[in-house]
Order: sequence, then C-alpha cells, then structure tokens
Amino acid sequence: MEKRVTFRGWMLPALLIAPQVIISAVFFFYPAGQAIWQSLFIPDPFGLSSQFVGLGNFEFLLTDRFYRASFLTTAVFSILVTLCSMIPALFLAVIADRLIKGSGVYRTLLIWPYAVAPAVAGVLWLFMFNTRVGVVSWYLGNLGYDWNHVLNGGEAMGLVVVASAWGRISYNFLFFFAALQAVPRSVIEAAAIDGARFWTRFWTIVLPLLSPTTFFLLVVNVVYSFFETFGVIHTITAGGPQQSTTILVYKVFSDGFVGQDLGSSSAQSVILLIVVGLLTIIQFKFIEKRVHY
Amino acid sequence: MVEKRGAGLWLTHVFMILGVLVIFFPIWLAFVASTVTQPEIVRPPMPLWPGDQFWENYSAALFSGVNVPVSTMLINSLVMAIGIAVGKIVISLLSAFAIVYFRFPGRNIFFWMIFLTLMLPVEVRIVPTYEVVAGFGMLNSYSGLIFPLIASATATFLFRQFFLTIPDELAEAARVDGASPMRFFWDIVVPMSRTNVAALFVILFIYGWNQYLWPLLITTDPEMNTIVMGIKQMFPSGDDVADWPVIMATSILAMIPPVIVVVGMQRLFIRGLVDSEK
Repeated sequence: MEKRVTFRGWMLPALLIAPQVIISAVFFFYPAGQAIWQSLFIPDPFGLSSQFVGLGNFEFLLTDRFYRASFLTTAVFSILVTLCSMIPALFLAVIADRLIKGSGVYRTLLIWPYAVAPAVAGVLWLFMFNTRVGVVSWYLGNLGYDWNHVLNGGEAMGLVVVASAWGRISYNFLFFFAALQAVPRSVIEAAAIDGARFWTRFWTIVLPLLSPTTFFLLVVNVVYSFFETFGVIHTITAGGPQQSTTILVYKVFSDGFVGQDLGSSSAQSVILLIVVGLLTIIQFKFIEKRVHY
Repeated sequence: MVEKRGAGLWLTHVFMILGVLVIFFPIWLAFVASTVTQPEIVRPPMPLWPGDQFWENYSAALFSGVNVPVSTMLINSLVMAIGIAVGKIVISLLSAFAIVYFRFPGRNIFFWMIFLTLMLPVEVRIVPTYEVVAGFGMLNSYSGLIFPLIASATATFLFRQFFLTIPDELAEAARVDGASPMRFFWDIVVPMSRTNVAALFVILFIYGWNQYLWPLLITTDPEMNTIVMGIKQMFPSGDDVADWPVIMATSILAMIPPVIVVVGMQRLFIRGLVDSEK
C-alpha cells in the first residue's frame, strides 16, 4: 500500500529517518555482521590473534555432543513451555467466556503474572521449590517425595518449564479470550438448537474457529521460550545440573561470556539467527494468510 | 447465551476462582515471605498468612538492600524502561512518517533495513553488541542500557500501518493550505496517533522494565543495577543462607510498577498487545 499524496524533498525525510538508521546500524547491523565474521575464526587462547577456519566452528558445533544435547533440550523445553502455557490458558478462557458477569474481574486478576519479569518469576518459583526452605518441596517431602532440582535434571527441567509457562498463561488467556468473544453467538445458538451439547460445540465449531489464534500463539510462544526465558534459567538452574537445562540462548551466553570462546559463541549466534529467521518467515506467511480471511 | 443453568454457572465460577488461586499462589507466597522474619522462613514450613514484619523488611530492602539500596535499583529500572519506551516511540514516529509521506531515493532500502531488525533479538547478538557498547565507553551507563534495546522495528511497523490508514484528504488539505510537512506531522499526525502511542508505551515500558540479560552484562557496578537483574545478585554465593524476607520484598517491589501499568491501563495494554503482535 502506498500513499497517493506525498511531500516533496529528500533532505527532510533523510533527517527524519536518520536516528533510526544510525541506531540500527551501530547497535544492530554492525554487531550482527561481527557475529557472522567472528564465527569464521578461532581466536588463540590469549586473544591476541585469530585464525581463519571457514566453517570449522560450525562443523565442530554440529558434531559436538554438548551442542546437540542443547538443541534437544531447547526442543523439549519449548514444546513443554508452549503446551503448559496454552492448554491452561485455553481452558480458563473457555470458562471465562461462559460467564456474562464477572469475567472482567477475573481477567484483571489473571493478567497480573504477565507483568512479572521472567527473572522475577524464576525467583518466585525457586523460593517455592527451594530444597531448604521451599514450601512446596517441604510438603512434597512430607508426602514421601524427595524434591531436589539441584541434583535431578528432570526436576530442574520441570521447574524451569513451569516457571516460564506461568507468566505466559496470562498472555495466551488474553488472546484466546478475545478470540472466543469474537465467535458469532448465532452459530453457537444454531448448534445448540440442533441439539449439540457443550463439548460437541467446542470441538466442532469453537476450536476450528480459534485455529488462526492458536497457530499465532504457537509461533509466538515458541519464539518466547527460545529467547525470553533466559532470566528464568539463569535465576533457577544456571543451565545445570549437568547442562540439563542449557537451552541454546543460554549456551551462547555461557560459551561467550563465561567460557570466552568467541568463535563458537558467534557461530551459535549465527545458527540461532537462522532459526529465528525461519520462525519469522513462518509467522509472516501466516499473517499474509490471515489477511484473506 | 445458551445453557445458563444454575449449577453450571456456579461450577464455572468455582473453576475460575480455583484457576485464579493457583495462578496467584506464587505471588501470594512471595508477599507472605516479605512480611515475616528470616527464622520463620528457614524453619519450614513457612506460614501462609502475612506476618507483622512488613515495614521492617521493606525499609531494609529499600534503604539498605544487600549490595545496593533497592530504591537505587528502582530508579535505574525506571530510567531504563522510560528511556526505551520514549526513545523507541520517538525514532519510530519520525522514521515511519518519512517512509509513508515521502518519496526519496533509497526509501525501500531503508525500509528493508529496518524490517530486518525485527528478526534478531538482543539475546542472539550479545557478544558483539557488548563490544560495541564497551568501545563507546557506555558500560555502566544509562545510554548503554537504553540504546541497544531501541534498535528494533516493531514500533516503526505499527506506526507505518497506522499512518497508511490516515485519509489522504488530510495531507492534501494541509498541502493546499501551504503547511510544511513538519507542521502536518505535529498538528495532525501526532495528535491522531495518541492512542497508538499510549498503547505502545505500555508494552514497551513492560519490555524495558523486564529486561534481564542485557543489564546483567553491562552493569558491573552495583549502583547501576536494575531491580530485575539485581534480585539475583542478592543471593549469596556459596553456602550462606539467603536473606529471604528482603529478597522477597524486593521481588514484590520489582513487580509493582509493571503491574500498576498493566492493570491500570488494561484497555490500552490489551490493544497494544494485539496491535504490536499481529
């Protein structure tokens, strides 16, 4: 789409667009270019010079046991976070949609966790499951279950998944609720008159009508669990135990800043860049489709 | 609405209340922990009802903290969040105006340049961005906290979409009346974008406030810590016992500003969310 009426001149628009272009160039394009460039080199241990290795860093990464494990961890983590945040949100939204009065109050209460930063959410959940003072781990202990996410990788994964999914329930709830409110009442009523019960209507009418929203949320939640959950993992497990919660973004951080392995960290950035690119394309393809609805 | 029977309605409310309680439990527990004494927490199980140490714990957090008073971190977070929100809105309004209302050489190239920045969150390019910021001597400074995070195009896109819906007649009338482009921008475009600006402000404020990784990397000086990343720094290293009441009071303080913004501006927030994501 283009404007029919425009202003003349090129000095003024150049001036207007300059701040954004300069900031993007300095803080985006230059660093992104650097990441790609550095991914082709291996610096020597003293950081004095670096050796060109072509795609060596990538070859090494793709055969590296730990990197492959991190890929798998990320996949498991993002699938679990997406499911654990979308299913409860859909459930709550369906219930809230049945209410005529009071849904506003519930909505206000339910959007709270969205405002809580992932890192703060991490601290809250860590407090509940802390092996020494945690309330939930204490009650679990009384029931005969010995909770210890510091040693047990599966429990650590469970905890970071729940802590990451928690705030997202609010977000998904808002989108599902808005979509449910937009389902035409006449369709539901017609089905009800034909004798379709609540669950039949839900599976055959409501859920299909929600599919654009569901797909959108799937992509957004996967992107979220890839990148924005860093705070949760850093506060709760710091990637451990034995790297069982080291997702890809966490590995870029720990290899680049803690391990000072710049070549490998940059190569990992480039691989993530490709992953984000693919996800973005999927998202935009989907938005294009939506326009025709 | 179909099927509104008494029992069903009650059951619906019961489910809803249960859901809210479960979702709220972690926040409630943090609040309780911020109002009791340390011994009450370290001897589990801790109480589930608030104690009487509210003022003691919150004033300890706000005015002495662990490494640095929490009030300092709150101010840092506030500056960062507002800086990111305002900065992003200003540069995006200007560049979207240029892209929509002018034909100039290289317009499409710039458009695609901005478009590309949508694709790469700061988490992915941390090492080189850190080097750039260090090179400018912007470590431990507000500008270092703010600038790298406003290099993204979401807001530009939103404003571009919105400007395209402004009727052409308005620009035409302005031109006939001899108004300069900037006059048109200030007197017509900006006032018309008010709701969008407000909605975007809410979203960007939360985004800035909740940043974790970036402040963690570039603020080595505790005086510059933001509250969200500062909480983690309050945990002792090694086997010492954490000062839970103060840490939990800090957690509650860290969530109050964004919660006020989200709940207080709920309508704008939901609108901003739907606009900026779709």
